[in-house]
Amino acid sequence: MSILPDSYFTYAKRHAGPDHDHYPASPIIDRAPITLPGGSSLGLWVVVPLEFFPLNPSGQPFKAPGAMQTPYPDLRHYTTRDYGNRVGAYRLLKLFGKLGLRATFAVQGAVADRYPELVRDVLSDGHDICAHGWDTDSLHHSGLSAEVEDGYITRTLDTIQTACGYRPDGWLSPARAEGFATPARLAANGINWFADWAHDDLPTRFRTEAGDLAALPLSNELDDWQILINYTRPEHEWAAQVADAADWLLDEAGRFNSLRLLTLTVRPYVSGLPYRVKALGDSLKGVLDRARAAGVTPRDLTRALPA
Amino acid sequence: MHSDPNLYDFWPYRDRPKITWPGNKKVAFWVAPNIEFYELDPPVNPSRKPWGRPHPDIVPYSARDWGNRVGHWRLMEVMDEFKVRGSISLSVAMLDHHPEIIRACVERDWEFFSHGIYNTRYSYNMNEAQERAVLEDSIKSVMDATGQRIRGYLAPALTHTERTLDLLAEYGFWYSCDLFQDDQPQPLKVKGGNRLISMPYSLEVNDVITYGVYHQSPRAYADALMRHFDQLLEEGAETGTVMCIPLHAYLVGHPHRIGPFREALRYITSHRDDVWVTTAKEIAEFYMANHYDQSLADIARRGNARPGTGFNPQGGL
Repeated sequence: MSILPDSYFTYAKRHAGPDHDHYPASPIIDRAPITLPGGSSLGLWVVVPLEFFPLNPSGQPFKAPGAMQTPYPDLRHYTTRDYGNRVGAYRLLKLFGKLGLRATFAVQGAVADRYPELVRDVLSDGHDICAHGWDTDSLHHSGLSAEVEDGYITRTLDTIQTACGYRPDGWLSPARAEGFATPARLAANGINWFADWAHDDLPTRFRTEAGDLAALPLSNELDDWQILINYTRPEHEWAAQVADAADWLLDEAGRFNSLRLLTLTVRPYVSGLPYRVKALGDSLKGVLDRARAAGVTPRDLTRALPA
Repeated sequence: MHSDPNLYDFWPYRDRPKITWPGNKKVAFWVAPNIEFYELDPPVNPSRKPWGRPHPDIVPYSARDWGNRVGHWRLMEVMDEFKVRGSISLSVAMLDHHPEIIRACVERDWEFFSHGIYNTRYSYNMNEAQERAVLEDSIKSVMDATGQRIRGYLAPALTHTERTLDLLAEYGFWYSCDLFQDDQPQPLKVKGGNRLISMPYSLEVNDVITYGVYHQSPRAYADALMRHFDQLLEEGAETGTVMCIPLHAYLVGHPHRIGPFREALRYITSHRDDVWVTTAKEIAEFYMANHYDQSLADIARRGNARPGTGFNPQGGL
């Protein structure tokens, strides 16, 4: 006996394009070519989350990747994550300095509040920063009132500004989680670009009720969490995948006469470990050593946004 | 509820009558791109949640949308390079959402079969009228959009009822990709007089299994595909085998994965003297015309033919 209502068989959004109004369908092969000043064909965008994992998370509405796992007090996971902000991040800063790579650090408000020195060090080393929500237990979802969600956003931006004097206009949500209203609330609070959605390989315009955002592409498939932690692959296999991606994208950039992007999220508590950081360094150097490959910044990418 | 679906009879792999594919080929090889639509805010089926996180679960949603904006075109280019026509496992709503993809597939004479309306609408708890409506929608919508009469089915997200395969036979489908019991086609035991066969879909070399379940590397996947092929080619000398590569552009289409996949496809299609590079529908048509009766007779000869049809072990109505 069926317990499915007839509404399960009506399809209100069965029409051309996606089932939302944020952007239209657009096959990548039909896009106008994108070029960057300097003429690089392969842009490498490295994003480094600086996250705070509370020892006492609510786990609501779900537990963020990397959150506490054992019964309270889970000092094991708390301290391994904190290691990232104390040691791993500085190891990455040193590596990026050696490579001459300008990365984007996604900073949570709670990190700026607790470790303002780290945020200032990131900026003084010449990197970009964007906001990454308050902490990994302040997740954005549709159950939040406008007041609470606006509070998460403004408190984060205010705290980062207090820590380092710079108010970010870019955003990455904690755990890349959003509610239906999140993009519009970001736009209404002065955010110009975000990187939560992974629907494209190039920057796209993202409509909201409060104005357009630039949606910057940021892959979930090749980052350190996916390959090293979730897939439990060894570092050399990760390096091979990054190299294969760079080769493929460069070839495609040539054939389509347009920029292609290799986007990589690396976490200080994952990639910043002693036994991993050299593999990451070799991998990034391998990409940057390719002809016509160069690091890109959010500014490069938002400027490349189609009209 | 039954302990055994009774949709097919036991048929040991040893000493089967020989299948010879057209041109004396040993392996019938087909590629099944799943061209799917997953909804941002689908209604909830009590038997299965569509997404892990509260809606909108934008990480997996946008990853799948990426497949239709970026990955599909990359995969299609690689298949074109080696002259492989796809047999598309289609979320039928894709006809409406992304006609640009459908047009590109029609231009290439790819085959369409139904994979339900959306991959976020599950068959669990459907009554017969509702399940019929999905099949009728599938047949009519694909016919209207492409002129093709679909002959194959893979239930959406591999969700079934006990009547699914009976209905496929009644509606004139030729093959089901829903069963993974063999590397050769086999007649299915369904109600009514229409013939329906099980089409090998090689679920174990599906990129969803490789990446989502086994968490393999792309080069390991390519290696597995080539070894899988080598074995089926060797066995195909004795009696013809079927190899399918079920794919999802949102997985295999990524730049770190498509290169190794391309090498595997190059390897397999370089054996065209021994390999029939074809579509599921052509395999089904050939098998039904030339080997269906032979298979049934061999199963009967072995004393393995059990009474009844699927989920109806005693037979009758």
